[in-house]
Amino acid sequence: MKTFKMGGIHPEECKFSAGKKTEVISLPKQVVIPLRHYSGKPSIPEVAKGDMVKVGQLIGRADGFVSANVHSSVSGKVVKIDNALDAFGYKNPAVFIDVIGDDWLETIDLTPKVKRTCDLESSEIIKKIAESGIVGLGGATFPTHVKLSVPAGKKAEVLIINGAECEPYLTCDHQLMLEKGEEIIIGITILMKAIQVKRALVGIEANKPDAILNIEKWAKTVEGVEVIPLKVKYPQGSEKQLIQALTGREVPSGGLPIDVGAIVQNVATTFAVYEAVQKNKPLIERVITVTGKSVPEPGNYWVRVGTPLSHVVEKTGGIPEDTGKIVAGGPMMGRALPNLEISVAKGTAAVLFIPSSESGRGKVQNCIRCAKCVFHCPMGLEPYLLMNRSEKNLLDELEQNRVMDCIECGSCSYVCPSNRPLVDYIRYGKLKVGELIRSRKVQQL
Amino acid sequence: MNKLVVSPSPHVHSGNSIQKEMKSVLIALIPAYLVALYYFGVGALIVSVTSVLSCVLFEYLIQNFILKGEKTITDCSAIVTGLLLAFNLPSNLPIWIVIIGALVAIGVGKMSFGGLGNNPFNPALVGRVFLLISFPVQMTSWPRPIPFNPAYMDAETSATALTALKEHLENIPSALDMFIGNMGGSMGEVSTLALLLGFAYLLYRRTISWHIPITILSTVFVMTGIFYLVDPQTYASPLVHLMTGGLMLGAIFMATDFVTSPMTKRGMFVYGIGIGVITVVIRLFGSYPEGVSFAILIMNAFTPLINTYIKPKRFGEVRKK
Ligand code: SF4
Ligand code: SF4
Repeated sequence: MKTFKMGGIHPEECKFSAGKKTEVISLPKQVVIPLRHYSGKPSIPEVAKGDMVKVGQLIGRADGFVSANVHSSVSGKVVKIDNALDAFGYKNPAVFIDVIGDDWLETIDLTPKVKRTCDLESSEIIKKIAESGIVGLGGATFPTHVKLSVPAGKKAEVLIINGAECEPYLTCDHQLMLEKGEEIIIGITILMKAIQVKRALVGIEANKPDAILNIEKWAKTVEGVEVIPLKVKYPQGSEKQLIQALTGREVPSGGLPIDVGAIVQNVATTFAVYEAVQKNKPLIERVITVTGKSVPEPGNYWVRVGTPLSHVVEKTGGIPEDTGKIVAGGPMMGRALPNLEISVAKGTAAVLFIPSSESGRGKVQNCIRCAKCVFHCPMGLEPYLLMNRSEKNLLDELEQNRVMDCIECGSCSYVCPSNRPLVDYIRYGKLKVGELIRSRKVQQL
Repeated sequence: MNKLVVSPSPHVHSGNSIQKEMKSVLIALIPAYLVALYYFGVGALIVSVTSVLSCVLFEYLIQNFILKGEKTITDCSAIVTGLLLAFNLPSNLPIWIVIIGALVAIGVGKMSFGGLGNNPFNPALVGRVFLLISFPVQMTSWPRPIPFNPAYMDAETSATALTALKEHLENIPSALDMFIGNMGGSMGEVSTLALLLGFAYLLYRRTISWHIPITILSTVFVMTGIFYLVDPQTYASPLVHLMTGGLMLGAIFMATDFVTSPMTKRGMFVYGIGIGVITVVIRLFGSYPEGVSFAILIMNAFTPLINTYIKPKRFGEVRKK
């Protein structure tokens, strides 16, 4: 079975909510829609306090290239535009809307009918995607239209669809592949048209045989889409690793997927593309997984962007008694939350409750030089060394040892028998080296 | 609800710990230990218990009264050092010599550098080589293997197969005896079979990878094989070299010591080849019959250099065109 070549781990899968039908979460009283979705600049508010908005109405306009439009996920009244804490711990501008009814823009096609044909040109598709505020739903939330715009001099050869969902616990993409197979396949053909390629590869980890079957079934109805089962191994769904697993090509250090002719999109993003292009529906809701070892009924839910997590949790059975940590996203790369007053962003894939017995970290001990971190690093780095040099602030050495290649997957910290906080330090090192590289560029100008 | 923990990802851990790794090593040592108890009887028991107890005690005392640092005695690494030291000793070694060996192994080999993780040389080998140099007579008279031997210091002794090799190619035990361990030698090194079982377990538990042991063994095999092909009258067959002396024990358990071996696959190859070559050179041309311990210690010294210059294969190493 196909997989990436070096390193990787196999954490306990814990896919408790696998196969649970998606349910729709009722509307909250108020939504707080972030204007910045992690990557890129915040968008510029298009509404003001007191305005009435409809579902799907533009409320934030993209500012510059790496930025995305934001639409209202509810109908109601804008009460304020203010900073709100996001899952990453930053305060960013957000639009606060009091929900009144559920009144959608008339331009949005709400009929359940699947629309297969799309007559738009490549540039029109990308424009439509940009207008609809679509960002990568796999976690990095990079604006999709930017990823689809192939830089001059490069050529896309293959579209890669990420259905790996290699993070433990998460099942939102899995469930979407089961319920929206046809739409995802249409989304894929639209994306293929957008980047003008004849071939698409869908990578799905082998622990989702039903999703593989379903997507294969629908893939047969179109040309050029191939479904490839992948070995269950983390981080199979990381962009560079996925490209290697599916095509055998290695994105060069410091390079982008397009350098090897690939463009990667996640399955949930692909579904959003379908809805945007075929149904004229901007990105205002997504599926999130609510799960954890003590959650009585883990499940998958359709949630409007901006819904406070407290509302989601209240509607899905409340906070388990023994919770010691709440994570937005998966256990390997998700963010621990200080409270539940944070709202669902476009990139929020899950709310994970970790019992207090597992929420702490083990005691940090000396590095025993066991090389486990080196062997498991999917990027071929030496995490023990990078941590040590980060601690000592030796930036040149960090750079030479390719700290910037680290994808922050956490495999190294996961395997370390001495419980060393490797990624914590490496992140810090990356930050510092990143600053150094930028300042060097500024000096050159 | 409890207070929420907010810490950076990852939020799960493999549950691995130093203690678990050390316990895997101890479990992997069990087959060889049983063989030692079988062939060397009471002596093997006395030497091993003395060595383990003194290693643990010295580590505890040094940590508590000299270093006054963090207490890590529960990580079981002192037990591993103690047992490995014992495996490298003849089973008729007087208790007081064993205790000196343990003191050197722990005090000089490990704690003087700041404890586990900081020592450049394999502590058990530091202890062993110190004893070999200080007490050459006692360290090179090995008891004959006699099932459940009740004798300790007065056990009947003999030379090992390797010493026989040094002199002439007579008196070497049969292949089967060498394989199961029915021959004279340090208590833990005799049984190739038992050591291989331990190796299989370590690989299964992923405590160590195959790279170091296999590189060492292949290097020795190939090099001694060449000599054997050229002149089978003077040189022993490569299989005899693999199964005698401390090679198996050294390759599987001593050279793979986490702290003192390289951290990358490529580095492990270099290190393994180095150990193999030095071992063969000492065995065939040196004045000592056995060279594994020296070879490992010498390559231990090169480990920091190997780690500095030999990097893992990076993802995306191919230069941008
Ligand atoms: S977090 Fe970085 S250093 Fe650690 S395993 Fe992942 S890529 Fe390697
Ligand atoms: S896994 Fe931990 S103990 Fe092992 S080498 Fe890496 S940092 Fe050191």
